[in-house]
Amino acid sequence: MTATRRKSTSLFSKRTQQALALGLRYIPLLILLFYFTFPLLFMFASAFKSSNQAIFADLRSWRAFVPVGDVSLDNFIFVFENSNFLRYILNSTGLAFITILLSLTVNSLAAYALSRLKWPGQRRILAIIIATLIVPGQVTVMPLLLLVANLPSISFADGIHITKGWLDTYHVQFVPFVASAFSIFLFYQFFQEIPKELDEAAMVDGANRFQIFYKILVPISGPVFATVSILTFIGSWNSFLWPIMTVQSDELRPVMVGLQFFFQRNVQWGQVMAYSTMITIPVLAFFFAFQSAFVKSIASTGIKG
Amino acid sequence: MTTTAAELREKPAKGKSNSDLIPGLAMGGAAFLLITLFVIGPFFAGIWYSFTNQRLISPNPTEFVGLRNYTRLLKLSVLPLEPLVDEASGEFLRDEEGNLVYPRSREFTRDAENYPQYAGLREWFNIDWGTTRYVILAGDPIFMRSLVNNFFFALVVIPLQTGIGLLLAVMVNQGIPGQNFFRTMFFAPVVTSMVVVATVWRYLYDVNNGLINEMLGSLTFGAIGSINWLGDPRVAMWAIIIMSVWQGAGFQMMLFVAGLQQIPEDLYEAAGIDGANGWQKFWNVTLPGLRNVMVFNFIIITIAAFQLFDQVLVMTNGGPDNATSTVIFHMFRVGFREQDIAYASTIAVVFFLIILFINFIQRRVTMEGGS
Repeated sequence: MTATRRKSTSLFSKRTQQALALGLRYIPLLILLFYFTFPLLFMFASAFKSSNQAIFADLRSWRAFVPVGDVSLDNFIFVFENSNFLRYILNSTGLAFITILLSLTVNSLAAYALSRLKWPGQRRILAIIIATLIVPGQVTVMPLLLLVANLPSISFADGIHITKGWLDTYHVQFVPFVASAFSIFLFYQFFQEIPKELDEAAMVDGANRFQIFYKILVPISGPVFATVSILTFIGSWNSFLWPIMTVQSDELRPVMVGLQFFFQRNVQWGQVMAYSTMITIPVLAFFFAFQSAFVKSIASTGIKG
Repeated sequence: MTTTAAELREKPAKGKSNSDLIPGLAMGGAAFLLITLFVIGPFFAGIWYSFTNQRLISPNPTEFVGLRNYTRLLKLSVLPLEPLVDEASGEFLRDEEGNLVYPRSREFTRDAENYPQYAGLREWFNIDWGTTRYVILAGDPIFMRSLVNNFFFALVVIPLQTGIGLLLAVMVNQGIPGQNFFRTMFFAPVVTSMVVVATVWRYLYDVNNGLINEMLGSLTFGAIGSINWLGDPRVAMWAIIIMSVWQGAGFQMMLFVAGLQQIPEDLYEAAGIDGANGWQKFWNVTLPGLRNVMVFNFIIITIAAFQLFDQVLVMTNGGPDNATSTVIFHMFRVGFREQDIAYASTIAVVFFLIILFINFIQRRVTMEGGS
């Protein structure tokens, strides 16, 4: 590109110099690009290589990052045939879906009650909820484990039985995380920005509080619903420690825990990478599709948990 | 959080406040109940358990044990040891390499009758001063080691991740073609699950067939290349640091990009008129303009550093020789694997106090900046 533009009598024309300067700026960017992408490129590429030997053989060249050579879908087929992969994906998708749905409902309603209604105790409850933001999840995880192990559970298999303990169930994986002080806080901040006159106008027209909420507030609060959905999705899809502690049955497990299956003996790295690829693609695909919403949501968490 | 507190104070309670009590509780009730049950309840229960002998599954009733868990967790003591003396010559006894020979610290810690002050303690590390050896004993040396590991991790990761994040932000904010692409790619690791990231890096770090050793070997023509990244206690924490910075720097970058876009363009123009070069503009305009983002970044990286856990569990399981054990990992090991909820709760309470302290410092620093 620079060579064709070399027309002026001086060694480099002004335009060439500018092009060169611009080009130079890309060199550090490309080095950093390599650093920030090589592990994921390697993961994708290795997922298609049929054996550990095929992966080892490519390690010393660019071939490590490209699916070339002894390539097949064997690893993906193995994952489907020998692990409960489909079950894990269905579990994770279902759990994420139900957590998002419940958490949007419960938290937005609570934020509405706290930001736009006037009732005694409201300010104290808001202060308590905001205070809980300072407690990291790790602080409460052990007592929470003991609590869910002792909560009563109703089972409807042949008659109604009340059993003790939520361990090894689906609901233990989402019920404790439906209400979130942080989501309430995000909704609260958003609702505060919306003029109160809207509510009053609707009241005059005879709408009750619930109607105002879902006919007026919800339709104009798209961004905050998106933010909370994304955060809840990431938290739910990536959950790892809690299901390890509370779920024993293979068929109830989510995708992140399923990864452990491949670390029993003689680790076949191609299979590990195929599994990792398949559980990462949904998140990365959403990210590439809705980048700005993603970035805004994650940046608003302050801490990626 | 501070804005909300201010808003709370501004709003006086109005007269007809009772009108919305029913809809208020109907709409917020579910969330308030769930937060009370699953956040506030366990929080106070945890504080209570830390004073008991609560276990996850136990046939015996829970007993109050006072500060016993805290003593076990935090107790430290120093045991001075004199070298053994050869009775025949009156000289210090030396081993084959010429080093002084000391009695074993275990002889003191196990001899509860004669040395009650050392009972229940174990050796953490020791320092030689002259001919005396000072053995530092701890009630829980693994916890102490974990705490030190957390501080080391934070001390390295804070400047590293902030620096790389800032560098990335400046580079993808120059207005050059394709910068959005770079921004996206640098941010992608942030979105990827830590469990997947840690699994992939575990293989990258493999001592025999790991990509990183192979790349180092190629680049240095074999000079470097057989580093036992996750198996050598001296480098294992560095391996976790490199991976964590790789995963987290994109997040700092985005915050800095947002900060950079807040700096008014005319400040740069004014600096340009005054004859400032690029470096001077960065030093005198950019950095002061990013001060608030910088403080925020420091705080969240510090808190995240103390929460270090997933990487450790997936990559090293706290090893080798507890070199990568962290406070939260230790809590998990004690509470879940050993089912000692009481002792794990004690660790959680101490962890919470550390986080509170960091928050306190944060508030002080931010206030000073504001005045």
